[in-house]
Formats: sequence, C-alpha cells, structure tokens
Amino acid sequence: MRYIRGFRDGDVAASLAQLIRAEVDPARDYHLMEFCGGHTHAIFRYGVEDLLPRNLRLVHGPGCPVCVLAMPRLNAAIDLALEPDVTFVSYGDMLRVPASRGRSLLKARAQGADVRMVYSALETLDIAETHPDRQIVFFAIGFETTTPATAHLILEAHRRGLRNLSVYCNHVVTPAAIQSILDSPGENDSPQVRIDGFIGPSHVSAVIGSAPYEAFAQSYGKPVVIAGFEPLDVMQAVYMLVQQINDGRACIENQFTRGVSREGNSKAQALVAEVFELRPSFEWRGLGELAHSAMRIRAAYEDHDAESRFDMKEAPVRENAACQCPSIIRGMKKPVDCTIFGTLCTPRSPIGSCMVSSEGVCAAYYKYGRTKTALALAADGRGLSA
Amino acid sequence: MVFSMCLAVPVRVIALLGQDWVDAEIGGVVSRVSSVMIDNVSLGDYLIVHAGFAITRLDVVEAEKTLVLFAEIAAHLQRAEHALHPRVS
Repeated sequence: MRYIRGFRDGDVAASLAQLIRAEVDPARDYHLMEFCGGHTHAIFRYGVEDLLPRNLRLVHGPGCPVCVLAMPRLNAAIDLALEPDVTFVSYGDMLRVPASRGRSLLKARAQGADVRMVYSALETLDIAETHPDRQIVFFAIGFETTTPATAHLILEAHRRGLRNLSVYCNHVVTPAAIQSILDSPGENDSPQVRIDGFIGPSHVSAVIGSAPYEAFAQSYGKPVVIAGFEPLDVMQAVYMLVQQINDGRACIENQFTRGVSREGNSKAQALVAEVFELRPSFEWRGLGELAHSAMRIRAAYEDHDAESRFDMKEAPVRENAACQCPSIIRGMKKPVDCTIFGTLCTPRSPIGSCMVSSEGVCAAYYKYGRTKTALALAADGRGLSA
Repeated sequence: MVFSMCLAVPVRVIALLGQDWVDAEIGGVVSRVSSVMIDNVSLGDYLIVHAGFAITRLDVVEAEKTLVLFAEIAAHLQRAEHALHPRVS
C-alpha cells in the first residue's frame, strides 16, 4: 500500500499547491488538458482543482474509451448480442452505455441475450471452451492499455484452435486523438479549445512509452508531462507543466518514472504488432472520423475477427440533440453547460456516454462536483465554460 | 465491482505459477494475474495490473525517489513557513 498511500498524502499536497502558486504568473492564465479519464477522476475525487490557483484551468480530455465509442458501432454490437447463437462478452463499463432507441447491452440481456461481463479478456477463453456449440464474441474496446490483452486473447484462441471465438475490435490509439484536438478548427459558436500543455496518461504510456508524444512538443510547441494517477502525481505534473510554460519550453517530461520509460513495454508492443494493424480511418464519438486512429485485426487472424465472420451493419444514427457529450469530449464544454446534466441524465439513467463510464467527465462532475451550488460555481469561475 | 478501463494498481507478486501466471497481493487481497507482458518476474516484484494483465513492473527505486522528493518539498516548505511565522511559546 506504500506505493498508493504515499502518493495521496495531504501535507505534501498542500506543499505542492504552495509551490504551484509561487510558480504561476498571476498576469496570465494556464489551460492544461488532462487527456485521460483516470486523471479526471483523481482530480475530482481528491479535490485537486480546489488547490490550484484560479488562473490555472484543467480542461478534461477525451481519454475515456467508453465515451468515444461511436454509436453505430455500439448498435452493431447490440444487434450481434441479440443473435440467438451468440454469447457476447464485454467489460463491465460497456453494459449500461445507451445506444439508439434507449437500447443497451444490459437491456439486451434482459430480453434474453447471452451477455457476459468479464474483468479480464482471458476469461473469454474459458467461456469459449465450455460452450463449443455457441459463437463467443469478445467486445474489445479501449486505448493502448487494453489492446495487448486482446492481442494475447486472439493469439491464445488461435493456438488452442478455438474456432468459435471472435473479437469485435474497437481499439483506438491515444496520439491520434491528441492530434485531432490540436488540429480541431473549433465549432461555429465557440473558438478552438485552448490548451497550453498536456498531462499525459500514465498507463497508456507504460505500454507505448513517452516517445510517441515527442511530435506534439516539436510540431505544436505543446509540453507534455506524463503523470501517474494519484493526486500527488497530478499536482507534480501541473507544477512541471507550469515551469515549462513559464520558461517557454515544450518538452516531453515524465513524472511517472516508476512506471514509464521512453521505449515503453516492448513485449506488449510486439503482441499488438503481431495481431493488429492500423485502420485507414475510424469514427470517434465527439471527434468524428480520424485517420490512422484505431486498430483492426490482421488478415492472418481473420478467423477470429467478428467483423468478417458476421454481417455487422453500421447504420448512421442521430445523437440526442440535448446531449453535449461530443463537445464535452473535446474539452469545449463542461457538464454544467448541458441542460440535461444531473436532471434527465444521471448515472442511474444516463443519456450520454460521459455519464455512464466511471471515467466519464459527467460522471465525475455528478459524483464529486454536483454539491457545489450554481452560485459557488459562478464565483469559482470553473464550473462554467472557460 | 466498478471497473475502470485505464486505472491500474500496483500489486506485489507472492507466487509464481508458471506459464506467465502469478498470484499478486494488495492490502490482503490476492488475485491471479497474467504476466505475459513482463520479462523475468520474481517473487516480491511490484507489478502494475490492469484488467487482469500486468502492463509494467513498478520501479521501486524510482517510486522511492519520488516519495523522497515529496518529503523534502513538504519539509522545506514547512521550515520556510516557520521562519515567516515563528511560534511564540
């Protein structure tokens, strides 16, 4: 527990806050995006924002795999789960995500679909071995943290000759999403989201290393500090970013030295390279079609690719007009800017994906931030759009 | 159980089970973890585990360095504060 509790110490947090206040230039403001939903939750759970100066804003990024899954892909998954000979295997977070016409995997299960929840992708192997007469489909979602696990699952299914096991692959890549935010031209009614630096994800980076972010420092002049998921990690990363911005530097720095190297995990990377290749283009919820932003299964493992085994249709869908998830995912709006936040859309009956996932921004605001009154939010200046 | 996609916890290896499987412990809870992505796992190693897979080894030397740095920052600022506001006793 030392390596968890040690990074949550309140006295150190107060000292780091003091350091940050001393470093921050009161004559300017700072907009830092934490890419990952894990950081968003650490920030809310430990009240990190309240320790930061007013002129330092944290902009919440799209690093929540459940939130960025495009609705047509989710609809296709539910259609497949409803097939009588299919057992559909998913991580727990996906079960309650609302699809078109109020459907979800959980509701499909209530209608009789065989939908199973697993903690590890490898549990799918046992299910496939126990039910050789059924088609077992694993719903693979996530950033680079979960991709190697899916690769290992496919290799094991291949080795064991489990012909009834296939994977519906929705794995996405982090650098493509960061690039899309930096390239985003902004919406008609709001300018491009301003970002002075990034708090980089720790566990994604444990796999891919810190090298893939170097282009953002070089081409866009944006500093990136890779940070661990504990509150002191986040605060130290904020301090390091403020120092870089004040010095006019844009480098890749690593706060999470205990888990991340420049090269990353070569074994995990080799698993991914063996099984997957980049798709030419992939649709993200909130970010649209992004080139080279997602993985698909290589032809050598086509036997385990649900998209070639089944006739999966992706029909275009209309999003709920009131739901602001697409703008929230891009960091352009905050949950409190959404008229249905906390009223029609709650964790118990979510409308948008940002409210469902335990990493979603709306879920974090609802769980930790909704007790702040509108007045306090206005005085704070933080609850409202930047 | 609440599952979070990218959250992971550091756990300590307490048994090597062979074929890239280990038992790992945190706060008295033992779980079976795939170590297929980690080379040469030893007893007592700390692993960062995510969705049943160890994704990296926790570098204990680096973790201790960060904790020492935190302790120094806290001690330094407390001393500075006492210098500004000396206690009258």
